[in-house]
Amino acid sequence: MTEWSGYLGLILQGAVVTLELTLMGSALALVMAFIAGLGRLSRFFAVRALATLYIEFFRGTSIFVQLFWAYFVLPFVGLSLTPLQAGVLALGLNVGAYAAEVVRGAVQSVGWEQREACIALNLGRWQAMRHIILPQALLVMLPTFGNNAIELLKATAVVSLISLTDMTFQAQVVRAQTGSTLMPFATILVLYFAMAVVIAWAMRALERRLARGLDGIRV
Amino acid sequence: MPEPIIELDAISKSFGSIKVLDRLSMQVMPGEKLALIGPSGSGKTTILRILMTLERIDSGHIRIDGEQLYHMPRNSELRPADERHLARMRQKIGMVFQLFNLFPHKSVIDNVTLAPMLTKAMARPAAEQQAMALLEMVGLADQAKKMPAQLSGGQKQRVAIARALALAPKIMLFDEITSALDPELVEEVLNVMRKLAAETDMTMLLVTHEMGFAHDFADRVLFFDRGRIVEEGKPDDIFRQPKQERTQTFLRKIIAAGHRV
Repeated sequence: MTEWSGYLGLILQGAVVTLELTLMGSALALVMAFIAGLGRLSRFFAVRALATLYIEFFRGTSIFVQLFWAYFVLPFVGLSLTPLQAGVLALGLNVGAYAAEVVRGAVQSVGWEQREACIALNLGRWQAMRHIILPQALLVMLPTFGNNAIELLKATAVVSLISLTDMTFQAQVVRAQTGSTLMPFATILVLYFAMAVVIAWAMRALERRLARGLDGIRV
Repeated sequence: MPEPIIELDAISKSFGSIKVLDRLSMQVMPGEKLALIGPSGSGKTTILRILMTLERIDSGHIRIDGEQLYHMPRNSELRPADERHLARMRQKIGMVFQLFNLFPHKSVIDNVTLAPMLTKAMARPAAEQQAMALLEMVGLADQAKKMPAQLSGGQKQRVAIARALALAPKIMLFDEITSALDPELVEEVLNVMRKLAAETDMTMLLVTHEMGFAHDFADRVLFFDRGRIVEEGKPDDIFRQPKQERTQTFLRKIIAAGHRV
């Protein structure tokens, strides 16, 4: 049993890496989502085209392939990334592409009458977006952002393929050393689930906080 | 003879194949209270929306307070107005909508202070002081901290009026502001309008189906049908002795529908 607690420590070290990837990947995804999502709504054709290209490319190719490009191919053009950097980059860009469509849809879901009120009050485009449209759209985005974050958490497992010692990687190490499959994989099953529950709970809490005072329609 | 504050010259506007305004010309004098009446689809709301720059015109010219609304002079010719010109022109005009269009995520007082703080760089204390005075005027000072969803329709519309007034426009547009209200809430909004008409010298354009109110409120009534002004005149003349048959038919229908004149 003492032996097993050592292996558990190994898996927990992996859990920290998984957490880091999830947090940093989500941060990058969030930034990309707003840049590309608002980019798709731009007045300028070039900006819309660029945003669409990014979204369709990263949604249309596998995260597995994207990760290999980030880690193994980018060095050929002089850009060497650590496994963690490559992992965050691939995860963030991939999930960001999905979340960009969430941003676009949510912004478009805010009623036209809100925009007309902004024009009548002479707010500039950006002022209207920043103070009126985005705060209301954010509430629409949150449930799907929660999905995206959980997807990203689970997708972190692919980084074990570029030798990053995340939770899945460590479970395989433990399995190789102990010959037991059940213990390491049952452990990470529980840990992944626990992390997903925390994300879901945090999103719900954030949603409730933002929904305070709004009429029921948007909650 | 003072200059008109609003001047429409041969304005045409179509939505698809439907011609909503047909070479319409009209003038409004500073301080005038105008009621625009007529059947649905007659173009009266479109005029307000065009003046608020929510719709573009197909042809014609509009002058507001001596300046072109949709055109700007450049090298002695008129060019289409850019966003900066429109933003400057919008400072002269405010609008209240049928469905209030309050910002649901902002409290009552924040709804009123937002635009002055953003577009006039007013400091928060000054903006709040002004907002409280306006809310006092519409009888809602005690509701300042509430969210719009907590208010009745009549209260929401009074907040919307205060919000538009906070920018101190020279011209106010009211687009069927009581149409979406329960009948027992109409009067509280109309009372605010009466007060406003009595206390300010703002130019006001009112699109309404409340004929009784239009009669009391307006200096001049315009009857619209199919994108044209069919008849105009003093409220007493339009409502008591309409000359055009089209006007008579419309007023009869309105009375039959239970609106008082």
